[in-house]
Amino acid sequence: MEAVAEPGNLAGVRHIILILSGKGGVGKSTISTELALALRHAGKKGDPYMPCRHPGSLQVGILDVDLCGPSIPRMLQAQGRAVHQCDSGWVPVFVDQEQKVSLMSVGFLLEKPDEAVVWRGPKKNALIKQFVSDVAWGQLDYLVVDTPPGTSDEHMAAVEALRPYSPLGAIVVTTPQAVSVGDVRRELTFCRKTGLRVIGIVENMSGFVCPHCTALCPWTPSSRGAWRRAETLSKSSPTALPFTHSPP
Amino acid sequence: MTCTDHQGENALTDCPGTGSAQAGRGTACQGCPNQRLCASGAGEAPDPAIEEIKEKMKTVKHKILVLSGKGGVGKSTFSAHLAHALAEDENTQVALLDIDICGPSIPKIMGLEGEQVHQSGSGWSPVFLEDNLGVMSVGFLLSSPDDAVIWRGPKKNGMIKQFLRDVDWGEVDYLIVDTPPGTSDEHLSVVQYLAAAHIDGAVIITTPQEVSLQDVRKEISFCHKVKLPIIGVVENMSGFVCPKCKKESQIFPPTTGGAETMCQDLKIPLLGKVPLDPHIGKSCDEGRSFLVDTPDSPATVAYRSIIQRIQEYCSLHRPEEERTSLVPETRGDMDASSTASAS
Repeated sequence: MEAVAEPGNLAGVRHIILILSGKGGVGKSTISTELALALRHAGKKGDPYMPCRHPGSLQVGILDVDLCGPSIPRMLQAQGRAVHQCDSGWVPVFVDQEQKVSLMSVGFLLEKPDEAVVWRGPKKNALIKQFVSDVAWGQLDYLVVDTPPGTSDEHMAAVEALRPYSPLGAIVVTTPQAVSVGDVRRELTFCRKTGLRVIGIVENMSGFVCPHCTALCPWTPSSRGAWRRAETLSKSSPTALPFTHSPP
Repeated sequence: MTCTDHQGENALTDCPGTGSAQAGRGTACQGCPNQRLCASGAGEAPDPAIEEIKEKMKTVKHKILVLSGKGGVGKSTFSAHLAHALAEDENTQVALLDIDICGPSIPKIMGLEGEQVHQSGSGWSPVFLEDNLGVMSVGFLLSSPDDAVIWRGPKKNGMIKQFLRDVDWGEVDYLIVDTPPGTSDEHLSVVQYLAAAHIDGAVIITTPQEVSLQDVRKEISFCHKVKLPIIGVVENMSGFVCPKCKKESQIFPPTTGGAETMCQDLKIPLLGKVPLDPHIGKSCDEGRSFLVDTPDSPATVAYRSIIQRIQEYCSLHRPEEERTSLVPETRGDMDASSTASAS
């Protein structure tokens, strides 16, 4: 199906970035959150690499399409917030006082925090489409889309729904061990097959900084052979991020 | 939460539920894309595969699911080492089934990457690591490690059905089922297809931090909802000993009390805590048993204690007395009743 940009709730969004990983627990949600917060503070006047409407602060949205394990509300201390409606649809939840960072997650739609979303694929697809078309995102410089691990319903639904808005691409997250890199290779194949550009790879948890002696320790082996293959597939070199503090 | 195909301000509240007698017939159903399907009752008839799988599973004594709402907590690592440990007794027949269709880690962790599945007159043959340890994974069906399984739910469900119905496991003492994170198609399917065959219980894996526990509570809700017994919870990556200064620190701090507090609150057994040992990752990457590679590690001691408790649970289990119906909704999603709370 040819992607055609239609006016809609994403018409005011300048750049869309998906955060993907074939592997669970590598830090997608953490990186999505940290990226969104970093972007919110980025953007100096005249900066050609970070053009924005209001220099000094960008307007950033986060779309959490991990329906079974929505982590972002907790990471941004926004649990329990209510989602309101307006003429254009659902109003995303602002997580900061300045209202520069907005968030939509199924976590806001659950009656209780421990409520399990036990849905099969078609129902998940329907909600993701609603998150894309029925959330009044307004004017955003960046929309960061956090995804669950894998290459299945949520990912296909998100890519299909976002395709008309020409996403910038995907950041693929992994950890050093071969088991993670193996899943990431599959995710890179998913990106290639769906025509999603890979902005780059992030190797998260690439080491642990001991709080007692400040030594940088490998907490898991790094599979250099697998990395070389991932670099070939993505045509980019991974960026390594060590553990430097406790995750939320 | 219910059918989300409705538009308008009453979305998420008026759907009677796809399993309801009013499904497709209520006022709220008018205009719903699923209305015709619900009204036809097409989803009511049980899948014949459930009975076929029940027959197949008669040669399997104990079935254990390894679950977690959270990804990356060590489900596959635990499943693999549970299988290794049980198979150390050559008189115990062990089967390891990997139903993580999109991210099949088991072949790598078991050192079986590149192996192929063969067919015989009695079905698919699992890949045998030892004479008494057979393994099945979609990873064995892929022609390249880069192949992505980009499948929607129904196709994944079909694969799981085939794994349970068409694999010739033979006489098995323990069938261990490794699952992907979440509470979705794969989890619903494996519970539904094994409904008549009876599952001993689920081992739920978590790490200490609240972000994991949050998802694990949902998994526990799922287990309660589908009446799946919970053998207990394993807290993985519980403490890290710095190889330089030997002091312990928490990579994933238990800011809300960790699995111990969660288990006390939900009255579920905590099977044990496994510290983070870098050698675990090394053994997994190289396809070897960490329990054999590093027998003196505190992590090995913890694993063995947990595995012994699982064996004790299974040996005390009496299927005839404790058999309960595990058949949830057989059509489509579990809707109006499909969100469950752990509390």
